[in-house]
Amino acid sequence: MLLDVEIKKDTLVVRPSGELDLGVADRFRRTLDETLDRGQARNLVFNMAKVSFVDSSGLGVLLGRYKRISKNGGKVFIVSLQPQVRKVFDLSGLLRIMSEYRSENEALEKIG
Amino acid sequence: MQFINHMKLEFLSIPANVAFARVTVAAFASQLDFTLADLEEIKVAVSEAVGNSIVHGYGKAPDCFVRIYANLTQDALEIRIEDEGKGIEDIKMALQPAFSTDAERLGLGFVFMQSFMENFRVESAPGRGTKVMMSKSVGARITRASSGQ
Repeated sequence: MLLDVEIKKDTLVVRPSGELDLGVADRFRRTLDETLDRGQARNLVFNMAKVSFVDSSGLGVLLGRYKRISKNGGKVFIVSLQPQVRKVFDLSGLLRIMSEYRSENEALEKIG
Repeated sequence: MQFINHMKLEFLSIPANVAFARVTVAAFASQLDFTLADLEEIKVAVSEAVGNSIVHGYGKAPDCFVRIYANLTQDALEIRIEDEGKGIEDIKMALQPAFSTDAERLGLGFVFMQSFMENFRVESAPGRGTKVMMSKSVGARITRASSGQ
């Protein structure tokens, strides 16, 4: 897994690529928490365009960051799910709590 | 049911092997005419079972072994994934959606396995390890255990 993170205004944009499973979950979680600890980001956008596989360990990291962001009144958006990854998201119910947008720009516009 | 192929795989209980296990089983399964979507579902199911063995069975101890046995029949993949870990006290409760002993995990591992595979079965007892059995038929369209959205 490669991880690209960028702060845009008060939103942390996260662009993982590769496979999100137990093998990378700790590193994924640590990187996100370290970035969020700096306190610049209120909202979070996960751009999943380059994620080819996700299981419940990967989803658990997203859910944990959702809890952290929403506790502080921020929003979490998901963009660009690949079909096989969407199936896992659908089944997990995560899309009931995180809004999905087609593109990063659309999500960032929504955040305002 | 006549087996046309069989494999055994044994590997250390380290998180890096979750990817190794799912890719290996998917490559084995691809000897049958599974669709790419089927193979992706098999990969999720194997990831969940192996992840459970590592995290829950062995409590992340990296020096134990997870074993996978897989059979191919003319039209199906049968898998058994087993560990010799601490076992499951209450299987019925463990199979409940959103049940997890770890706050960062979703408790959906068994839901994914049941949703993506057929003939799902768990054998376990405290101190006696866990065996997860599941299969998938070529061309099978499985009713989702949870409709999601």
